[in-house]
Amino acid sequence: MRRSPKDTAESARRISRRALLLGGSQLAFMGILAARMRFMQVDQADEFRMLADENRINMRLLPPARGLIHDRTGILIAGNEQNYRIVIVREDAGDVDEVLERVTQLVNLDPADLERARKELKQLSPFVPVTIADWLSWEEVAKVAVNAPALPGVSPEVGLSRFYPLVEDFAHVVGYVGPVSDYDLGKLTDPDPILQIPKFQIGKIGVEGKMEDALRGRAGTRRIEVNAVGRVMRELDRIDGISGGNVQLTTDAGLQNFAQARMAGESAAAVVMDPRNGDLLALASAPSFDPNKFVRGISVKDYAELTENIYRPLANKTVQGTYPPGSTFKMVVAMAALDAGVIGTKETVWCPGFKRLGNRRFHCWKRGGHGHVNLHASLQQSCDVYFYEVAERVGIEKISAMARKLGMGFQHDLPMSAVAEGIMPTMDWKRAKHGEGWQRGDTYNAGIGQGFVLASPLQLAVMSARLASGLSVTPRLIKTVNGVEVDYPEPKPLDVNPVHLRAVQDGMIAVSNSQRGTAYRSRIDAEDMRMAGKTGTSQVRNITAAERARGVTSNKDLPWIRRDHALYVAFAPIESPRIACSVVVEHGGGGSTAAAPIARDIVLRALYGTVPPLEAYPASDRTRMEELFDNLVLRDLSPTSNGKIRA
Amino acid sequence: MSYLEYNVTSVPTGLRKVLYLNWPLIILLAAVASVGFLMLYSVAGGSLRPWAEPQMKRFGLGMVAMLFVAMVPIWFWRNVSALAYAVSLGLLVLVELIGVTGMGAQRWIDLGFFVLQPSELAKVTLVMILAAYYDWLDIKRTSHPVWVFFPLVLILVPTALVLKQPDLGTALLLIMGGGIMMFVAGVHWVYFAAVVASGIGMIYAVIASRGTSWQLLKDYQYRRIDTFLDPANDPLGAGYHITQSKIALGSGGWTGRGFMQGTQSRLNFLPEKHTDFIFTTLAEEFGFVGGISLLALYAMIIFFCIVSAIRNRDRYGSLVTLGIAATFFLYFAVNMSMVMGLAPVVGVPLPMVSWGGSAMLVLLAAFGLAQSAHIHRPRGKN
Repeated sequence: MRRSPKDTAESARRISRRALLLGGSQLAFMGILAARMRFMQVDQADEFRMLADENRINMRLLPPARGLIHDRTGILIAGNEQNYRIVIVREDAGDVDEVLERVTQLVNLDPADLERARKELKQLSPFVPVTIADWLSWEEVAKVAVNAPALPGVSPEVGLSRFYPLVEDFAHVVGYVGPVSDYDLGKLTDPDPILQIPKFQIGKIGVEGKMEDALRGRAGTRRIEVNAVGRVMRELDRIDGISGGNVQLTTDAGLQNFAQARMAGESAAAVVMDPRNGDLLALASAPSFDPNKFVRGISVKDYAELTENIYRPLANKTVQGTYPPGSTFKMVVAMAALDAGVIGTKETVWCPGFKRLGNRRFHCWKRGGHGHVNLHASLQQSCDVYFYEVAERVGIEKISAMARKLGMGFQHDLPMSAVAEGIMPTMDWKRAKHGEGWQRGDTYNAGIGQGFVLASPLQLAVMSARLASGLSVTPRLIKTVNGVEVDYPEPKPLDVNPVHLRAVQDGMIAVSNSQRGTAYRSRIDAEDMRMAGKTGTSQVRNITAAERARGVTSNKDLPWIRRDHALYVAFAPIESPRIACSVVVEHGGGGSTAAAPIARDIVLRALYGTVPPLEAYPASDRTRMEELFDNLVLRDLSPTSNGKIRA
Repeated sequence: MSYLEYNVTSVPTGLRKVLYLNWPLIILLAAVASVGFLMLYSVAGGSLRPWAEPQMKRFGLGMVAMLFVAMVPIWFWRNVSALAYAVSLGLLVLVELIGVTGMGAQRWIDLGFFVLQPSELAKVTLVMILAAYYDWLDIKRTSHPVWVFFPLVLILVPTALVLKQPDLGTALLLIMGGGIMMFVAGVHWVYFAAVVASGIGMIYAVIASRGTSWQLLKDYQYRRIDTFLDPANDPLGAGYHITQSKIALGSGGWTGRGFMQGTQSRLNFLPEKHTDFIFTTLAEEFGFVGGISLLALYAMIIFFCIVSAIRNRDRYGSLVTLGIAATFFLYFAVNMSMVMGLAPVVGVPLPMVSWGGSAMLVLLAAFGLAQSAHIHRPRGKN
């Protein structure tokens, strides 16, 4: 079939027309594409650029190194050690089970840890490293590193973790750190993002807890580029964190260790203070515990052991424990009475062995009585009847006020957990607390530091320090923060009559230095180191009239928990006191036999700065002391030893 | 038999044909392919493997195929148009039976040395058969309903087979390509108006059928439509492709982030970055300047094809050239619309740039047809 030329021409024209139309619309569409491209790439470019960066850039926080804690001489109390762990990245491992199996052959893995790791491996996002073993030794990590080719996806990592080289010595004072818990986060109003770092350690109790802000430091950041599935491609930049500030305590690690060791086997507390400025030199609470266990997560078994121990190792007895101060309270009563003018320093009171109140008898510890006693003798021999009498004369309100003046009955501001207020009762207090009126018998009991009166060893040490120096010293624990001395106000002179204070001090000197003193056997013989003190024996049970009639049961015949608390407060040297001290031995029996000897050793250790020379002791005690020191397990605190126990 | 209307002796013969090739078109195609090599090199992280080098070889093979097709007189191709169409239909049926399944659809036939995608072939053979049909048809009958019906059948049969695979993108390209062929052949505009109207009806039907027993599309196709309409709705699921693609494109800015510096593609945020989404890599790394340059190259290819078609007085040659150009246009227009978020995600590669064997070979061979039409066009007066 041949087409006519007319048709052919018409066909060509038609095609040309339609082709131009088509080309035109194609051009128009390409115009739309170009406009769209311009809109996205020019007008919206910044927005998309930001989105692209959000896609690829991840921020990771770098935990700062926690500030160190030293003692006053620079011995490390809390430091950071390198913590080796091995982690696995699921995507790099290939056959995870086989790799884990091989790791188990190299390193001793806790089955529980392994189980947890397996679970995390299944749940976590890709490329997130999962810890399979923590707290490995260098040898174990080295083994893993050497075998790296056979362990795809497994790599050793190193992090910083808290450690306490002095182990038990400062467990109560410094406390410990632990991983952030939901409870911790709940307490904070504005949580630091750093707390979101898994296993980030924060201070839980003690100085670690209270000085958290100073010790924590500020997190650094690392910006890393990740790909679509989360694999880290490279580090873009890194801003290092700011390490936490170092904290120096006023305590002396050597003295603390000595006190802790000296009280081994007892349930006891000792506080040593500098009466001139309030520096706390030692705050020992026995028995203690290993804070390192808490850092790593204490086992249920170990924890049960601590909580079930009747000696309560977890309790910080120095500031948290409160005890009836017993006869150690007599200085307070004496000062209150003297300053109130209800008794003179030379005035005597007749002690027949008891004081009658209505049809009740308030007994003196000495059945036969002390006869005529003045202030000096009553402190020296700890006559109870004298103090029933002066307490009755001065009244509970003035006793309580004097107790507060001497540092008891209120909470001292110290960076430690559960610092107790103690109780210095008043009439209003009893009405509010017990709904009963104040009885005269209550005043008698308060007069000998029994009844409602409660004080912590810290408060007793403060009292002793204030009596020793005549200064209104407040206890202080923090010496420097980040190398800067903490500014404490100068202690003001105590608002008491110095003549009266001198008389009370003389009584305390007599306790330990005169033959009839209750602590004469625990005296110090070195000429310029002599100690003043006061014994206390506080009952934790009522002695019935019947028991008294057949003879008071001796402490050693009672179950431990019903025995008397033994207390001793002291200062030394008597000429210009540098050391004030309190010792409480829970259920230790008599203050003169259980507490005073410990106090003497601790005071001497504090005065000499080393294990005391035997010459400081009375000749008759030296053999016994030599034996005692030989058996004492002390820590080697030389800088290279890292706090190991001396063999 | 239109070629008999012209003076055959004026057509170049032998190797002289090489001189009469549409050289600007060849150069433009090579330029576009080079952009592809560059981008494939970039998305492989600065490596010729695994994509750039095989793509170069394929391009070489494609050029040989193009020259071969170009050397053969256009009337031969016209005469085998029906056969070619039949063969491609056969292959489409075959792919249903023995095809390799990939990406949830049966699309490939493994020929041992070469993986063939029959739907690619069908796009060209459809152009050929329609050109031959309108060459044969008396132009007075072009708009007669009966003679409009036949080309519709020719279009819809391969479309139905492709849709069955299922490959929505190619099916749309076949319909649009066929429609354009009918348009340039001179079918009355009323038909196109009717098609547009029924198209709107179809869209309504597709939407209405969702969730019913006679659902017209697969669930994933519906999801893609949802995603297209609102990518932010599902940023990590089906909307991920579109969202990441737009981020890559937009973050390119004026001049881009630099060769091999595109974070979206280098860090694998871009899906299918070496195939359907390769344009976003180009736009990310070379910015608006790079994107518009490629668009300009494409525009010039279309331009040279249209010029060649208008100058060609042979009806078959003219229609084939326009059809090839239209198919080519549809490829990149749909692909670019898709990556810019103007069209739903349908699997359409960027022609001559995306990694892919069949598409490039078939396209180059198709341009061979346009070249053949160009070389063997009637010359002089008759």
